[in-house]
Amino acid sequence: MKTLHIWRREFGAYFRSAFGFVVLAAFLLLSGYFFYSDLLFFFLWGGQSLHRGLWDHAFLDMRLVLLLVVPLITMRLFAEERKLGTMELLWTYPVTDRQIVAGKFLASFSFLLLMLTPTALYPQVVALLCPLSPGPLIAAYLGIVLLGTAFIACGMAASSITESQVLSAVLTYAVLVLSWFLTWNEAIASEPVMRGLLYLSLFDRFYGFVSGVIDTSDIAFFLVFIGFFLFLTLRVLESRSWRGVW
Amino acid sequence: MIRAEHLSKVLSGVRAVDDVSFLIRRGEVVGFLGPNGAGKTTTLRMLAGVFPPSSGRAAIGGHDVVADALGARRHLGYLPERISLYLDMTVRSYLEYVAAMKEVARRLRPGAVDIVMQQCGVTTVARRSIGTLSKGYRQRIGLAQALIGDPEALLLDEPTAGLDPEQVAEIRALVRRLASTRAVLFSSHALGEVQVTCDRVIILSRGKILAEDAPAALAERLRTMTSITVEAEGPVDAIACAVSSVDGVRTVHRLTGSTGRIVRLRVETEPGRDLRPDLVRAVIDAGFTLLDLHADALSLEDAFLALIGRQTERP
Repeated sequence: MKTLHIWRREFGAYFRSAFGFVVLAAFLLLSGYFFYSDLLFFFLWGGQSLHRGLWDHAFLDMRLVLLLVVPLITMRLFAEERKLGTMELLWTYPVTDRQIVAGKFLASFSFLLLMLTPTALYPQVVALLCPLSPGPLIAAYLGIVLLGTAFIACGMAASSITESQVLSAVLTYAVLVLSWFLTWNEAIASEPVMRGLLYLSLFDRFYGFVSGVIDTSDIAFFLVFIGFFLFLTLRVLESRSWRGVW
Repeated sequence: MIRAEHLSKVLSGVRAVDDVSFLIRRGEVVGFLGPNGAGKTTTLRMLAGVFPPSSGRAAIGGHDVVADALGARRHLGYLPERISLYLDMTVRSYLEYVAAMKEVARRLRPGAVDIVMQQCGVTTVARRSIGTLSKGYRQRIGLAQALIGDPEALLLDEPTAGLDPEQVAEIRALVRRLASTRAVLFSSHALGEVQVTCDRVIILSRGKILAEDAPAALAERLRTMTSITVEAEGPVDAIACAVSSVDGVRTVHRLTGSTGRIVRLRVETEPGRDLRPDLVRAVIDAGFTLLDLHADALSLEDAFLALIGRQTERP
């Protein structure tokens, strides 16, 4: 129940200033623009299966927009509380660290879903023009939600270690962009190492979903990734017991 | 109600709190005094469950703050030294959020919030955003959140800091009223405030308890060790020399108000000895005219400074 109250406060905080509206608008503007470009490309130039190719492109572009936007959503989660000192009070209420982490995580997750919901209009636009196969679309949406949630978990962990929101966002960008680019250059590592990197790459794990394939090992990978960063956040919160300050 | 047993905390290799024990019963207001860095805030944070002690144990309302942290927090109201509030929320929505966090039943929340807002004088700003309010109001909102849920133990870290004299008087009166059914521990730098508000004072320095007693008893107990004012006629150096030669005198200070050949000195003596007869003899035997000699009544502030001074002099 207390998780729900924390969720409500945190989710409400996005909209008590213009921040939430601006981020939401920016996400929709960018993803809408990308979708429009992809749609034009397929109708004007065609050449590939629209059912597969269009969603492939549209969701890979949406991934890029999420990469830009999610660190902005998560940067304030703990950094702001740290700066204001509000965590000290929260810790004196009968609430556990897990409830705090869960409430904040779910608030960002809800914001992610809120951002993605209007994009459900895109397939409906396509459905007006030609028949639509829902299978690949469901896989792609599952993938983008898992990827966005993984970004959130990573961003929340970054937010828990600093009181600067800017630093928190930069740190999240650094971790996520590095994990993306690391698999780009095969010359930087030997083949077995590169295979390992590919295995651990968030972005390479995402390709299966946009191709319309739901692989349980990919789902498990995302869940482990998310669980790891939630665990890390909890450990950072608990560090107050030996650091004294937080 | 608030119990600390051999509480210690080591932070970054420094023993910030060292073997602190005390018990505060319902109906008692206890003042926590000490210079900056004495360990007051660290002790309060351990009691409030912000972080656990390195050793020793503490309990609020019979619930151990580590083993049964949530149980202890259910009986606790805490006002931190640095008041920290969600600036983007309105006063009412913030206090309702706190009420929910403190497990006040949904149907009782509006009433509980109304009561604390009234007690702390923030009803008129209930719909205002906290970020737009003055420090005085924020301090009162901080106190209001501590009072929500009607906790039996209150830990207040400098509750009157940043308030104007009228507000300070209001808060002191409120704390006294609240104490009738609660245990209150509050830290302060303002010795006068502790003297007026508290039933008992705990003086902390370098993480250790130096003294614990009622304010008046504390001052009385320390009276024997401190100062005597001597007024005599003659050269200042010679009189000071005669006074210093008395066994048991620790320091001699010249006081303002000395005029011409009339010299006023403040003589600090060792504890537990009344040196007045020796000082009378010393001045007269040296051939000077003694005009006045009396033991100074000690304020709590003097007692506090004397204690802290003694602590500092230790090697």
